[in-house]
Amino acid sequence: MGAVNNDLLKTPLYSLHEELDGKMVPFAGYLMPVQYPLGVMGEHNHTREKAGLFDVSHMGQVVIKGNNADKWLETLVPGNIIDLKPNRIRYSMFTSEDGGILDDLMITKRENDIFMVVNAACKEQDIAHMRSNLPDHLELAELNNRALVALQGPMAAEVLARFASGADEMDFMSYAEVEICGATCLISRSGYTGEDGHEISIPAQKAIEVCKALLSEQEVEAIGLGARDSLRLEAGLCLYGHDITEDTTPVESALIWSIGKRRREEGGFPGAQIILEQISNGTITRKRVGIIPSGRVPAREGTEILDSADNVIGVITSGGFGPTFGGPVAMGYVDIKNSENGTDVFLKVRKNKLEAKVSATPFVPQRYYRKQK
Amino acid sequence: MTIYYSEDHEWISVDGNVGTVGITNYAQNALGDIVFVEVPEVGDDFAKGDEVAVVESVKAASEIYSPVGGKITETNGELEDNAALVNSSPDGDGWFFKINISDSGELEGLMDADGYKTFIAGLE
Repeated sequence: MGAVNNDLLKTPLYSLHEELDGKMVPFAGYLMPVQYPLGVMGEHNHTREKAGLFDVSHMGQVVIKGNNADKWLETLVPGNIIDLKPNRIRYSMFTSEDGGILDDLMITKRENDIFMVVNAACKEQDIAHMRSNLPDHLELAELNNRALVALQGPMAAEVLARFASGADEMDFMSYAEVEICGATCLISRSGYTGEDGHEISIPAQKAIEVCKALLSEQEVEAIGLGARDSLRLEAGLCLYGHDITEDTTPVESALIWSIGKRRREEGGFPGAQIILEQISNGTITRKRVGIIPSGRVPAREGTEILDSADNVIGVITSGGFGPTFGGPVAMGYVDIKNSENGTDVFLKVRKNKLEAKVSATPFVPQRYYRKQK
Repeated sequence: MTIYYSEDHEWISVDGNVGTVGITNYAQNALGDIVFVEVPEVGDDFAKGDEVAVVESVKAASEIYSPVGGKITETNGELEDNAALVNSSPDGDGWFFKINISDSGELEGLMDADGYKTFIAGLE
């Protein structure tokens, strides 16, 4: 592995992962911890029960600044960004002219600019896409000098509030700038586990100090990518490159909730004609659904989905064992006539044909913090 | 009773013609939390090196190869409800299956405990 690893990037938290005895694996060009000694199951359960700290510094943090940045960004994404209030966050995606998804991302409208978090494997392509499609007056900067971590779980906000008072009173999908250990951190009440919590952007040189401070709180454990995957799968959240790709539209992906009413009326984003046609006329042939295998056998990515007559009607795009759910869970695409919740389907796992049901997601209820109005 | 080890991290404990097969502590540790084990059918025949079982961890599925050829005589029913036995007791209660060894000469290509210890030390 040594020779391979030489080409891999390290996050500002690399030495902390080593100190914590993280098992480092290549992921999206980075050497990332897939698990720590607690193990995937233990880390998953700890996050659901208390609080877990994840290094997600491999993801891209990008800022766009300039007149009408929100209006211009809307030419690349179907989300309603113009009407987003300052310090509020929206989930959206870059779409292609064919209506496919180039990447999914979090967009934060700040007082004077727009802050985005994009997927690690897509960040260079996303930045090139924005540079070539946005006008020159907009300044685009990647925040290479910042780590990004997620603190997730039912006790996460309470822990963070010990360092940044009021963090626990922020609404879901809101943003603030706070001081933690003397460092200016950008915190977002969001995450990708289905749990309450924050994502925290930290100046690289202070990242280890801040993370050590968070980890010294008794509720917090370091969590690797293995548990991040099982947590997001149970929460019904899509993994780019697997559940959503250039070949799936937001309609097929069951993400039309992320396309605002005004955008559906006005269009004006790449692939709008195809996507809006699919919304208004229901002209899709397949759809992303949740799948619950009835036994104990997990169905992994690539597993064929069959009907009772053995016709291939779809494919699993993410699947594994859900520790909190207590059994295997998956998501995938099935033809539209088999996409109703409760439909009986079969999974071709090795030589076996296993029973399964199309099911609503999330598999484990999401527990985001909604502020009382 | 003699225990042999394969380079694929299976152990086989041989008593007369019958071998009991499982995976080593090193293997269970590398696989992580095991959630399901697909064991072979009693009566099925396998050649040495055939895929004989599958271990599903939270992370991934991993194939288990038969360390010797033969006919399956018994499988560990306990694993059906409690696959985590492979993590907690890989060389005891977490055994996978028993096999009627067709050619005991195939055992000669396997390692003894000291040989396996040296083998895994070389993997670190």
